[in-house]
Amino acid sequence: MDITFKNVNYIYQQGTPFEHKAIEDLSFDIPSGSFVAIIGHTGSGKSTLIQHLNGLVRPSSGDVTIGDFHLTNDSKVKNMKELRSRVGVVFQYPEHQLFEETVEKDIAFGPENFDVPKDEIQKRIREITPDVGIPEELLKRSPFELSGGQMRRVAIAGVLAIKPEVLVLDEPTAGLDPRGQKEMMNMFYDMHKREGLTTILVTHSMEDAVKYADHVIILNNGTKYMEGKPEEVFIQKKALQKVQLEVPDIVQFLNAFEEKFGKRIPYRRQSIEEIASEIQQFLEGAESS
Amino acid sequence: MSNSLIIGQYVPGKSVIHRLDPRTKIIIIFFFVFIVFFANSVLSYGVLTAFALASMFTTRIPMYYIIKGLTPVWFLIVFTFLLHLIVTKEGSVLIEFLGFKIYSGALIQGFAISMRFFLLILVTSLLTLTTTPIEITDAIENILHPLKKMKFPVHELALMMSISLRFIPTLMQETEKISRAQASRGVDFRTGPLKERVKAVVPLLVPLFVSAFKRAEDLAMAMEARGYQGGEGRTKLRELKIEKRDIFIYILFVFVVAGLFFTRNWS
Amino acid sequence: MRGKLIEFRNVSFRYTEELPWVLKDCSFEIYENEEVAIIGHNGSGKSTVAKLMNGLLFPEEGAIFINGQQVTQESIWEIRKDVGMVFQNPDNQFVGTTVQDDVAFGMENRGIPRAEMVKRIDDTLSAVGMLDYLMTEPHKLSGGQKQRVAIASVLAIFPQVLILDEATAMLDPKGRTEIMETITSVQEKHQLSLITITHDLQEVVRAERVIVMNEGEIWDEATPREIFAKRAELRKIGLDVPFIANLSDALLKAGVSITNEPLNQRELLEDLWISHSRM
Repeated sequence: MDITFKNVNYIYQQGTPFEHKAIEDLSFDIPSGSFVAIIGHTGSGKSTLIQHLNGLVRPSSGDVTIGDFHLTNDSKVKNMKELRSRVGVVFQYPEHQLFEETVEKDIAFGPENFDVPKDEIQKRIREITPDVGIPEELLKRSPFELSGGQMRRVAIAGVLAIKPEVLVLDEPTAGLDPRGQKEMMNMFYDMHKREGLTTILVTHSMEDAVKYADHVIILNNGTKYMEGKPEEVFIQKKALQKVQLEVPDIVQFLNAFEEKFGKRIPYRRQSIEEIASEIQQFLEGAESS
Repeated sequence: MSNSLIIGQYVPGKSVIHRLDPRTKIIIIFFFVFIVFFANSVLSYGVLTAFALASMFTTRIPMYYIIKGLTPVWFLIVFTFLLHLIVTKEGSVLIEFLGFKIYSGALIQGFAISMRFFLLILVTSLLTLTTTPIEITDAIENILHPLKKMKFPVHELALMMSISLRFIPTLMQETEKISRAQASRGVDFRTGPLKERVKAVVPLLVPLFVSAFKRAEDLAMAMEARGYQGGEGRTKLRELKIEKRDIFIYILFVFVVAGLFFTRNWS
Repeated sequence: MRGKLIEFRNVSFRYTEELPWVLKDCSFEIYENEEVAIIGHNGSGKSTVAKLMNGLLFPEEGAIFINGQQVTQESIWEIRKDVGMVFQNPDNQFVGTTVQDDVAFGMENRGIPRAEMVKRIDDTLSAVGMLDYLMTEPHKLSGGQKQRVAIASVLAIFPQVLILDEATAMLDPKGRTEIMETITSVQEKHQLSLITITHDLQEVVRAERVIVMNEGEIWDEATPREIFAKRAELRKIGLDVPFIANLSDALLKAGVSITNEPLNQRELLEDLWISHSRM
């Protein structure tokens, strides 16, 4: 499903002394099947943006279009349930949403609400649990007996079991150790590729954005600050630093390399190995001259 | 967040009433609640009402705000009045229509009860409007202090109250977050038959309790790590001090009480 | 020679007899005014180490000494004065209804007179840059700000060692930077040992010494440079190495000679420069 925001504003507690603008004149397009990273500090409007994607809030003004669904201030989405079954959201610390007696029941909770037939739910559980790394023997256990990392996986399985077309991930790796973070991001990326999902990743990690996303949107104080391909956005060190964001390590290094050696190695999202061989070639070239 | 629930929500300010020692406010209100029941003449009600209204104006909290805060209570006051009008059968009949007789005694009693009710609500909401919950907690701890000798857990009670106050906003944010997550998984909190809506509360309450227990456990550990071991030998940062203005209010209140008893039975 | 501040002597720990050992025969020492990072994947036992240090847990075997005094039920009151802790969740350790009440909490517990409290609240809150928030309620603060208050409340009782038990794990990058800057400025002014339990490589690199935990055992104990030289093994036990270390690996593979173990960008460039000018 294509997603479009057109001049979207969102104002909290409108008409009270506590009124404040969370999103201001925000416009962007997310084509179906793309992997988009949304980056910004706490309070930049990221979480308000997410809530528009499955109709948890409606814009104060402007239009939000998600596939065939339209959200505006004065019109209610007729089939909200269908919208929510097609846009899955993994919120920050999703393990906090677990509540059922067994892991299996918790995973089945979403699909049940969306009236998926029982045998289809069972089929999905068998499919999804190995993908997210939940061993079968855990299915009958209480989710509250599991480790933090396992609980997180169960909660994510609960969203994936809805089989959404759009998957929204709000800092899905927060609080995990490095290995857990890497495993989880790779899992989402594989799924994105395999299922052709539209994936929207909200993150603080420039490294993840550069590694997985094909489009980056940077938010600052509720407005769109920058947008583009990662390799275009992340080389703009000055602009990023202005909103207290750092460029990814690799770009930082290439900048410093240029300063020291007077040699510019343009960043094209090369892997670390490719960069190494470019440096090697440069050093060798310098030697032979 | 909801804006409608403002009965007694603290409104920051610098008025004399705001700055009174919270103990002063609690003690005076305690006695006020007590003496309201001694009023029995129009004039004695007048004395009390004058005191209550004067206090209200002194707070400088906008009138409309206080009145709006009392909205749900207005209904009760009017209802009490009407009930007395119908039920009480004393004195002489004043009006008679559609088979109902309204007695003079009913009018007087209805007026008296509603008036008492109004005064009680107004004065107690003045306390919470001008005093932060934590000040009230401190004051209660201080007032109950003598009970400590009787092994009453005064300090623990006060600590419990202050921690609850501290965590109310946190838990409210948490509730909002969890309900968002469950709504995204297809839970409908707003529409549908009552039975379904009651069922929808389970996926909200269970995670909320689980998280509250986790927080309690963490907090207990953090408190222990910071050397907490009960109320024994503790000092306090928050200090309560009786100032000149408190003495003044006490004297004024004594006059009000005297005035009340003087005007009793006047008619 | 710096004095010995903390000593773990063959410490083993498990929660109950049915459960597996969380720590197995751990021995190490931490010295006065030293900065040590303890790393390990989730479940490696690193947070248990922190809790043992100030008597929130007690070892089943072995003994722990703080300033030569053994940690026991009887000594925890004094031990906890010397060993201050900041925990992971910023919300769940904020006791007071306002910033100043939270800083006061630890001092109130220790019966410090009010006048002294007021002075120390002032001092410690300005040390962590939170003096402007004296009367602010916790729900109006960011995660990073709450953690700074937590640091202030620990400093207010003049501990000898500050343990940050994954204190930055729940913060955004801005919050993390805030905390690390705060810590640096505190170290300049106070004689204080610092133990950071962390995944964050920035926090590891700045330490003098790193203790690596794996499966409840001390896997290694050395300087960050020596630790990150064992990149392949570290990855095997689920740990990350800094980007610069990864890049030097790739450079080595590509045939560039790198002689030292560069830990940061400057060192790597320096190294490349030397091999470059030698060519």
